[in-house]
Amino acid sequence: MTLHLAVSIDQPGAYEAAPYAESALLAERGLLDFVTLGDSFGRPGADALAVLARVAPGTARIGLVPTVTTTHTEPFHVQAALATLDWVSHGRAGWAIDVSESEAEARLFGRRHAAPAGELWREAGEVADVARRLWDSWEDDAEIRDVATGRFIDRDKLHYVDFEGSAFSVRGPSIVPRPPQGHPVTVVDATAPHARDTAARYADVALVRVAGLPGAEAARAELRAAAAGFGRDPDALKVLADLTVDLGDGEAVVDLAELIASWHASGAVDGFHLRPAEPRRDLERLVNGTVALLQHRGLFRTFYPGSTLREHLDLARPANRYAALAGDRHE
Amino acid sequence: MSERTHASKKRRLHLAAHFPGVNNTTVWADPRSRSQIDFASFEHLARTAERGLFDFFFLAEGLRLREHKGRIHDLDVVGRPESLTVLTALAAVTERLGLAGTVNATFNEPYELARRLSSLDHLSAGRAAWNVVTSSDAFTGENFRRGGYLDRADRYTRAAEFVRTARELWDSWTPQGEPRPFAHQGQHFDIEGEFTLPRSPQGHPVVIQAGDSPEGREFAASAADVVFTRHGTLEAGRDFYADVKGRLAKYGREPDDLKIMPGVTFVLGDTAADAQERAAEIRRQQVSPQNAILALEQVWGVDLSSYDPDGPLPDIDPDPESTLVQGRVKITNALEIAAKWRALSRAKGLSIRQTVIETTTRQSFVGTPEAVAAELEEFVATGAADGFILVPHLTPGGLDDFVDRVVPLLQERGVYRTEYRGTTLRSHLGLREPIWKG
Repeated sequence: MTLHLAVSIDQPGAYEAAPYAESALLAERGLLDFVTLGDSFGRPGADALAVLARVAPGTARIGLVPTVTTTHTEPFHVQAALATLDWVSHGRAGWAIDVSESEAEARLFGRRHAAPAGELWREAGEVADVARRLWDSWEDDAEIRDVATGRFIDRDKLHYVDFEGSAFSVRGPSIVPRPPQGHPVTVVDATAPHARDTAARYADVALVRVAGLPGAEAARAELRAAAAGFGRDPDALKVLADLTVDLGDGEAVVDLAELIASWHASGAVDGFHLRPAEPRRDLERLVNGTVALLQHRGLFRTFYPGSTLREHLDLARPANRYAALAGDRHE
Repeated sequence: MSERTHASKKRRLHLAAHFPGVNNTTVWADPRSRSQIDFASFEHLARTAERGLFDFFFLAEGLRLREHKGRIHDLDVVGRPESLTVLTALAAVTERLGLAGTVNATFNEPYELARRLSSLDHLSAGRAAWNVVTSSDAFTGENFRRGGYLDRADRYTRAAEFVRTARELWDSWTPQGEPRPFAHQGQHFDIEGEFTLPRSPQGHPVVIQAGDSPEGREFAASAADVVFTRHGTLEAGRDFYADVKGRLAKYGREPDDLKIMPGVTFVLGDTAADAQERAAEIRRQQVSPQNAILALEQVWGVDLSSYDPDGPLPDIDPDPESTLVQGRVKITNALEIAAKWRALSRAKGLSIRQTVIETTTRQSFVGTPEAVAAELEEFVATGAADGFILVPHLTPGGLDDFVDRVVPLLQERGVYRTEYRGTTLRSHLGLREPIWKG
């Protein structure tokens, strides 16, 4: 089982691009699968998707996963921005779905009141669903540039999604052609019970914050069973243990490599999402210390065999749902 | 000698670049035409604009694909990435160029958009601009939570309040960098809380306004830093310029506080005849036989697909109530236009396609680099514009010739910068940083 490693590059109080760009490059030097950047409308900092778009041209392989909330945003804008992040990064975009539960965040918009987490996560699932439909609303070969007939696109390969959700509806198609990965990678922190269903149904990567090995094992088994229950191949859902790491102590680098190796060997998780306690120091120790040790033991990649985030994660490029339907019709 | 003393002798002109859009100005059938989506295209055009010391790079917005006869319009370029995300990525591959994005004030909320724009301004170290536009139709609204119920009058008051609210948010932190709570209560928005970003490196992102109605002009005079206009002729340009600049005083603003920049096209040639010939060829590429019929249907409002583009205009009358075409400006005086087209076609013996070529928008500046440089200077010297937003017809190389051949001539004439003096877009445009209103 391939070991997957991701890291948060959150840096409270940083508003300019440089510290994020440096961290992402460092993570890329460590051959990690992806970096995450947290976000909410209530926390100080720049828009996470914007930060990672700014980071994209200066990096080549690392996956870029901003948190994008679904409660107060427009699903149509969200999917267009993520598809664009995938275009500008040549297939390295993902999104960590989150919801906005607080009344304080609701007051920033003035459109609706705070709602219970269960309701918000159901809506988040609908946003994930409509985003995928919109990413599929252009077939990959819709652009034809046929000079003879004067047609730029084959409009039979563009599709209305006509989505009716509980809190919104979207007609489609997207204005952005299908992104390089087909669908940017969907990440859900599945620690909270309310997020579990949405994760099992829509996530490519689920994060779980757990206290120890048995907890991780149980969470992974539960998520995989739930994914199977939704008709999914459980192997298409990667479960990463979400750990905050403090590498201040010289020995901590080795301890962390031991822990990663043993959890992973037991099959408890597909990998780890690590949150450095001290952003710059710990990321550097993680890459130069822990990752180097794991590579030395043959447990972690020594080069990126692919170029897209899906390739790093061993996830297939999704088939286009509308192309499949059209194919059936033509048979 | 100061920059200002120089400027008083010869007015400096400003240049910006528009990424080729999804209308038939953009020629996709040309073998040199590349992707309108790949980042490499945006990077090429933006780097070219920066090499030409342009003030900014400009992106339009799409919220729904255009339709014709109830089906997606397939003749022009279709599809584009989302503006602010592309611009933020471009901040990584450019250093001085301003980055301007069109974002709708109807289907967005002030808190979120102010935050995205401020993020772009921080991540580009002070180079962000926002072109404020509005839309009212239910057609576009079908993709959004809000839907399509905002009428025309409301969309302007909403846009004006939207910009005011954004400015309140951008000013909500103290100049020392401490967050302070904001509260806005108005006709359209009732919001409060704390903004998540300090005041940005140029105070506020530059605000651009496009649109020509009296409400639009007033809105520009009261709130915008740049006006993006379509008045591409000297006479129309002077009238518009005088009118809009004349509206500034009542808002306590100086004429230089608002830059007027028409969107213009250009065709260069080694001789005047060569340029004319190229211009005619580009017009033929822009108005394909299929596009000629489409242009006709947009005026007539009925299906004309059985007509021969190389044949005469139809004798039937337009249907003024038609909603044949959606997602673009509706033709309001169809009967009048049709009569004019028929008269022209008869007088000159023109086919449908030739009539469309003759009557629809043509290139603004056609000539040798010397002639074009002289004409651009004349516009600015005689008060028809402060500068230009160039709209090339090719992606992404459409600006190469202009930067290589016209920019040096403008520099020789002493009407264009030879280097960037400042780092922010406001400094390129000679705009003051907005006073902090805490």
